[in-house]
Amino acid sequence: MHDRTIAELRKDLDSGAYSSVELTRHFLGRIERLDPGLNCYITVAAEPALAAAQRADRAIADGTAGPLTGIPIAHKDIFCTQGLRTSCGSRMLDTFIAPYDATVVERLAAAGAVMLGKTNMDEFAMGSSNETSFYGPVRNPWNPTRVPGGSSGGSAAAVAARLCVAATGTDTGGSIRQPAALCGITGIKPTYGRCSRWGMIAFASSLDQAGPMARSAADAALLLRAMAGFDPRDSTSVDTPVPDYLAGLDASLSGLRIGLPKEYFGEGLDNDVATSIQEAIREYERLGARVSEINLPNSPLSVPVYYVVAPAECSSNLARFDGVRYGHRCENPKDLDDLYKRSRAEGFGAEVQRRIMIGTYVLSAGYYDAYYLKAQKIRHLIADDFRHAFEQVDVILGPTSPTTAFPIGTKMDDPVAMYLNDIYTIATNLAGLPGMSIPVAPVDGMPVGLQIIGNYFDEGRLLNVAHRLQQTTDWHASPPPGWD
Amino acid sequence: MQWETVIGLEIHTQLATQSKIFSGAPTRFGADPNTQACAIDLGLPGVLPVLNGEAVRLAVRFGRAIDAEVAERSVFARKNYFYPDLPKGYQISQYEHPIVGEGQIEILLEDGTLKEIGVTRAHLEEDAGKSLHEDFHGFTGIDLNRAGTPLLEIVSEPDMRSPREAVAYARKVHQLVRWIGISDGNMQEGSFRMDANVSVRPRGQSTFGTRTEIKNINSFRFLERAIQFEVERQIEVLEGGGQVIQETRLYDPDRDETRPMRTKEEANDYRYFPDPDLLPLEIDAAYIAEATADLPELPDSKRERLHAQYGLSEYDADQLTGSRELADYFEAVAEETGEPKLAANWVLGELAAALNRAGIEIAASPIDPPRLAGLIRRIQDGTISGKIAKQVFEALWAGEGDADAIIEAKGLRQITDSGAIEPLIDAIIAANPEQVAQYRAGKDKVFGFFVGQVMKQSQGKANPQQVNALLKAKLKA
Repeated sequence: MHDRTIAELRKDLDSGAYSSVELTRHFLGRIERLDPGLNCYITVAAEPALAAAQRADRAIADGTAGPLTGIPIAHKDIFCTQGLRTSCGSRMLDTFIAPYDATVVERLAAAGAVMLGKTNMDEFAMGSSNETSFYGPVRNPWNPTRVPGGSSGGSAAAVAARLCVAATGTDTGGSIRQPAALCGITGIKPTYGRCSRWGMIAFASSLDQAGPMARSAADAALLLRAMAGFDPRDSTSVDTPVPDYLAGLDASLSGLRIGLPKEYFGEGLDNDVATSIQEAIREYERLGARVSEINLPNSPLSVPVYYVVAPAECSSNLARFDGVRYGHRCENPKDLDDLYKRSRAEGFGAEVQRRIMIGTYVLSAGYYDAYYLKAQKIRHLIADDFRHAFEQVDVILGPTSPTTAFPIGTKMDDPVAMYLNDIYTIATNLAGLPGMSIPVAPVDGMPVGLQIIGNYFDEGRLLNVAHRLQQTTDWHASPPPGWD
Repeated sequence: MQWETVIGLEIHTQLATQSKIFSGAPTRFGADPNTQACAIDLGLPGVLPVLNGEAVRLAVRFGRAIDAEVAERSVFARKNYFYPDLPKGYQISQYEHPIVGEGQIEILLEDGTLKEIGVTRAHLEEDAGKSLHEDFHGFTGIDLNRAGTPLLEIVSEPDMRSPREAVAYARKVHQLVRWIGISDGNMQEGSFRMDANVSVRPRGQSTFGTRTEIKNINSFRFLERAIQFEVERQIEVLEGGGQVIQETRLYDPDRDETRPMRTKEEANDYRYFPDPDLLPLEIDAAYIAEATADLPELPDSKRERLHAQYGLSEYDADQLTGSRELADYFEAVAEETGEPKLAANWVLGELAAALNRAGIEIAASPIDPPRLAGLIRRIQDGTISGKIAKQVFEALWAGEGDADAIIEAKGLRQITDSGAIEPLIDAIIAANPEQVAQYRAGKDKVFGFFVGQVMKQSQGKANPQQVNALLKAKLKA
């Protein structure tokens, strides 16, 4: 049953082929058996999951079940879950239990989804390989010596290895799309403001956005429909109705205008990855789309801009982790300064500390204008590039990541090489646009992701474009070998 | 050398909202520690601020009241620093784009002239919590009830030239925020706190001297004394050939001196940047119109009107506009009696003294305007004398009914019947031949003795004018 889509599971649950409790047990069993080899989960919540499954079974029996009732999912451990540890992949929050649910968690629970547990992630979502987690790296199910990508690596690997039906992720610079690409699954980062950030531990507030990670666009559409929507608790959430993402999935792509940014196909892109992307684009042409080349002239600046803006915000967002009220506190502090310094030095890993220091630096008096202010200006230029592009095309396609998954341990000592993993994904976060990654033809047995970028609040079109490809190809359907 | 003092004030006034500026926790004063701090105030992971609309409305009212521009677009910024009572590690404030721009406030100087003090800006921000260093041995207690309380920080230009002027300005701001209902101004509870920037320079010099900032002063008396001390200290330093160091100081009322605060805090670089959790605040003309539609007549214009309309002295008009409740009280009495001067005398005299003795505000006065008006009417129509009126006032204060009932019950009606006064006078003249002789010999002072006797015998009820006239006539004979 773990290979079935949400729609198929729905039919089975409703027809009584098996119960949600049985389905949940099945997944919990798989996690117990297989997760030690992958390390996808930081916390498995077996008892609450079974209780939720029982409630789901009652709803199914009552005829009050919705599309997600009884479907086992996992949450990235960045979303606060009431009564269940939320670690954010950090020693700092190793013992933290939130007294509230994140809006995304609350909405999926209200829709009847069953939470199996909390997935591993780069510490505070800072990383592209899941190696910065306090709980150890996640392994890529397609090849356990490779990284799953990050920061939502645990969610991506769990979905790929069928250790949950679908999962939530967050994306600040590519953290849904890049691991989705590297693990061969479907992930969508919605428009900034589409999903509430309430209860989602902040990395870079102006860039962070929650989204679903699933095995197909149809499954992702079901999750996103439940997750999205205005939330008065998040001032940056947008009060725009959530369309029925499923209704438009099958729309024809005839006449669809696809733009291929010249800058996304140049130096740095692996030749084999490029070939896979081209193959998918030809498939779109067969489906009736018209392809043209476009320019995003400022996109080469997106990585440097991101590594000013995101650290700046993180240096402030992470200031609350001071050892005073909750979280890690050092033993026997001598005085207040000692308490701060040691609690934070012990509680945060190297990458988090690096970004806090970069952020503190770029906001400092005398540097603010040269870094932060300038980065904000370039951010506008990057958004303008997309605005011009969407005057000519409906969607933008390109690679999600320049390479397939790389071996664990190879980029940890070279932050810049690591940062360049997100060279194609970061610009959409800076512009606030929705972006998606779907699997295309693998290279040497490792998945490749095609990125689909859309205009603001055009998630429906992205899902449609993804779904149509998944109707005519089966790149998304093949599971990684060895996890039965 | 002649020195000139230069003072600017930063006033933090707590806005009178039910809940905090970015959370739904209540702002009530005096609750047990940490019982009024929700997840947002505690800075738990994943929480987000949502702006309290009422705080915005109150700030806009202040902006209009000082004739300042209310910004169409203002921006919340994070002021980053570490302190245990600052849960997020930053304070949400406004930095480059405050909600209220330049305005002015007029103060009345001791010589009766008016002086305009510039207000540079006023911005919204959240308060921090409280560190309690005394009660915990070897530890510091943190109470986050105050954290997130809405404040309006009102920043003046360095326009004040003496401690007295600073106090006059601070009092004026205090009067105004209460007048327009944006703050209770309670200084004991920390709803109105002042920081003074003080410097001195040789008279005639146009550039400013190095300033120090005296933080967190919570009374007008301390404000005056703190500035006075600081001015003298700076002059002493400069005249001794030293230099004033730019620093933050605290005023110690017990020793009546200012002392430097730990300088470490000063070394802070606050790394301000726009808060990405909050959108820029946009305010249009329609919103301003609605927020200020019920703004009352402001103190300055009320003062001028009381002076012009009722013929009161500038001084009385200023006193009566000390608070909106007092001014409204006066006007009610004046309107009801048609005797504004008498009304002003009673409100500022007998009533103010009684309120002061009882330690209560005018709003809680046991005598309402119609009752005081009732008393004044009886003075006016001669039913009672001014002296008897004080007795009636006491009874009014004690809640013994209205003036007429009290006069009746106590038999205080003035004796205006000359048939009743004459026999009294005759008897007194007969009983005091010596004094009569003195008076008739030209010792006018003795006249007072006779008046006193008559009043005494009549228990104060005899009409003084009549007594004077009758006595003069009879003594002449």
